[in-house]
Amino acid sequence: MAETKWVPNIRQIAKEMHERGFTGITPGHRLCAGCVAGTIVRQVMMAARKPVVVINATGCLEVATTIFPYTAWQVPWAHNAFENAAAVASGVERAQAKLIRDKRFEGDPDIEMDYDIVVFGGDGGTYDIGLQALSGALERGHKFMYVLYDNEAYMNTGIQRSGSTPFGAWTTTTPAGKVIPGKPVGKKPLVDIIAAHRIPYVATVSPYYWNDALVKFRKGFEADGPVFIRAFSTCNRGWYNAPEESIAISRLAVETCVFPLYEVVNGVEWRLSPPSLAIAKNPQKKKPVEEYLKTQRRFRHMFKPENRWMIKRFQEMVDYEWELLLERVGLKG
Amino acid sequence: MAKSVQQRMMSLNGDEAVAWAARQSNVDVVAAFPITPQTIIMERIAEFIHDGLMDSEIIRVESEHSALSASWGASIAGARAFTATAANGLALMWEILYIVASSRAPVVMAVVNRALSAPINIHCDHSDSMGARDSGWIQIYSEDAQEAYDNTIQAFRIAEHENVQLPVMVMLDGFLISHTMQNVQILPEDVVSDFVGYRKPSRIKLPEFYGEKEIPLMLNPKYPISIGPLDLYDYYFEHKMQQIEAMKRAPEVIKEIHKEFAEISGRSYGDGLLDPYRAEDADALIMGIGSTMGTMKAVVDELREEGKKVGSVRIRTFRPFPADEIRKLASGVSSLGVLDRSASFGAEGGPLFMEVRSALYSLKDRPPVLGYIYGLGGRDMPPRLLKKIAEEVLSAREEPERPRVGYPGVRE
Repeated sequence: MAETKWVPNIRQIAKEMHERGFTGITPGHRLCAGCVAGTIVRQVMMAARKPVVVINATGCLEVATTIFPYTAWQVPWAHNAFENAAAVASGVERAQAKLIRDKRFEGDPDIEMDYDIVVFGGDGGTYDIGLQALSGALERGHKFMYVLYDNEAYMNTGIQRSGSTPFGAWTTTTPAGKVIPGKPVGKKPLVDIIAAHRIPYVATVSPYYWNDALVKFRKGFEADGPVFIRAFSTCNRGWYNAPEESIAISRLAVETCVFPLYEVVNGVEWRLSPPSLAIAKNPQKKKPVEEYLKTQRRFRHMFKPENRWMIKRFQEMVDYEWELLLERVGLKG
Repeated sequence: MAKSVQQRMMSLNGDEAVAWAARQSNVDVVAAFPITPQTIIMERIAEFIHDGLMDSEIIRVESEHSALSASWGASIAGARAFTATAANGLALMWEILYIVASSRAPVVMAVVNRALSAPINIHCDHSDSMGARDSGWIQIYSEDAQEAYDNTIQAFRIAEHENVQLPVMVMLDGFLISHTMQNVQILPEDVVSDFVGYRKPSRIKLPEFYGEKEIPLMLNPKYPISIGPLDLYDYYFEHKMQQIEAMKRAPEVIKEIHKEFAEISGRSYGDGLLDPYRAEDADALIMGIGSTMGTMKAVVDELREEGKKVGSVRIRTFRPFPADEIRKLASGVSSLGVLDRSASFGAEGGPLFMEVRSALYSLKDRPPVLGYIYGLGGRDMPPRLLKKIAEEVLSAREEPERPRVGYPGVRE
């Protein structure tokens, strides 16, 4: 798998969405201006091949899109708790299989059973508290697409560090103190961990590269088994970037190799996606991390003379991961 | 309906009896995680499914937390979901217990009562399910394997009843029931299937501006709804009120379904809420929960032969708590003894003791109530101890109202 005949045609997608009468999530949801979580949801919906049911882990996206009696969701949507979205999806998926097998609601004009299941979870709900439930669901092989919107900290509770917070970053639980400036350790290599489950399809996407993202989401829908997609998701409240720069930063993250774009098929076939492949083939295109770091005030302390070593360290860590990735995709000796 | 149908006598332990009930109850999805003494339920169900004897999906999850989460997912997707657990497993489900009840998902769960850690212990007491008494689940306690079978079947009807829509826990005592072989009457498959039917998701009214329309309450692209939104001080209280009201409607439904089941099976347990034994003319009543109350019946007979007017009342449903029925039974009785198989540390007595005493407060002539906390961690409760308790209660007529709580069976 992981091949798709589908080519995103934005004109065609717009027409289809217009005919369907909805885009999955309405404008007017309460996500912060500048947050790209909503953009990621939109891109998933644009790539849908049939009706979608959404399971949402507790987090910004859940809280900001639903405050009773309002909801921004135009698709069936369910939220249970922080750490169990993948387990909930397992139950939905098996129930759907059973009800379709039994033809239970066949002929009922009020019920549609043919749908794809998407899970949205933040990094807290995925890297940390929800990792066990996710790992179990992947091992069992349920068919659903887990989309991680990775904004690198517990933003919903007010910017606490997570397993995804990068080295050096300020958060409210890793303050830029005089003795310990920011987070002392790097990120958990989550995509490696997920890929090691040998599931059919794993990918990373950045909303700036919408075309690449849409194709990957579509592959995810078409895959025969569990799919995991990690989406780069800026958070101007937690990163202290300019809200209007969110998409530009989504591009910079890829250009600096802080967030390379790639896919992993069946856990073993690693492939770079075009934007990152271009850098691999032409290394002078790789921008220094400093350009990325300076767009966000969470890294501001790293620019003080006594902390400049942190930028160097950050660059080394990014380089190390990038080289590792090049090895995996077979582009390094 | 025909007076009780032909049934099959089988030698089953309590866990197997529950597995048989699940097998016959048109369950769509089973999600469970092994824990002693519940494991046999899950093993038997897996065998049934793997041998093609039971047509359900089984999810062998990686924790109890996920077992209940997956059950909830299956339930909101329109399926009938069943799970089972015990002790620490129930404790791990804690967070999700409340969510399942509050989102009105009619999940049925067998809880094989086992003492909570620490110290780690695998034997029976009621500390696990008693701890979950405020989670919003209906709680039905069984006396033996037969009743565990009967209760599990009825639980699906109760949970999914349009006036209830609440999850149901069916309790059976760990080892004492779960691992004890007993002759169990098993109803024919089609009879149970007809009795429980298939899950029909309840219908909800659309807001007026959509026109007159009732839609199924489930994940359904035809009529997309949001389940589990953020709900703050402006609506949360009203939603809790709906749960309180649903629980108030539950006793009638439990009694009605219990009666209907009695008609086909020939088996009944009091009115479905309380199971009294020789209680009508009793001077002293002993109240309790679970398998111990089976032993109590034999003790009551013995005491009656000695001319001592003792009766017993087994509480079947702890939630909803049958306060009215208890008041009725207790008025005119000279004294009451309440047996608790769990402790509430720092409280005046065990949970059942406190609730019974509270229920009696509105009586004009309140009998003295003696509390007994027994059997923790599976400590045996032999007939001689029960007899001693009953005799103590019988002579407690003149006791002042100050609560007296004893700990029979514990070493000094």
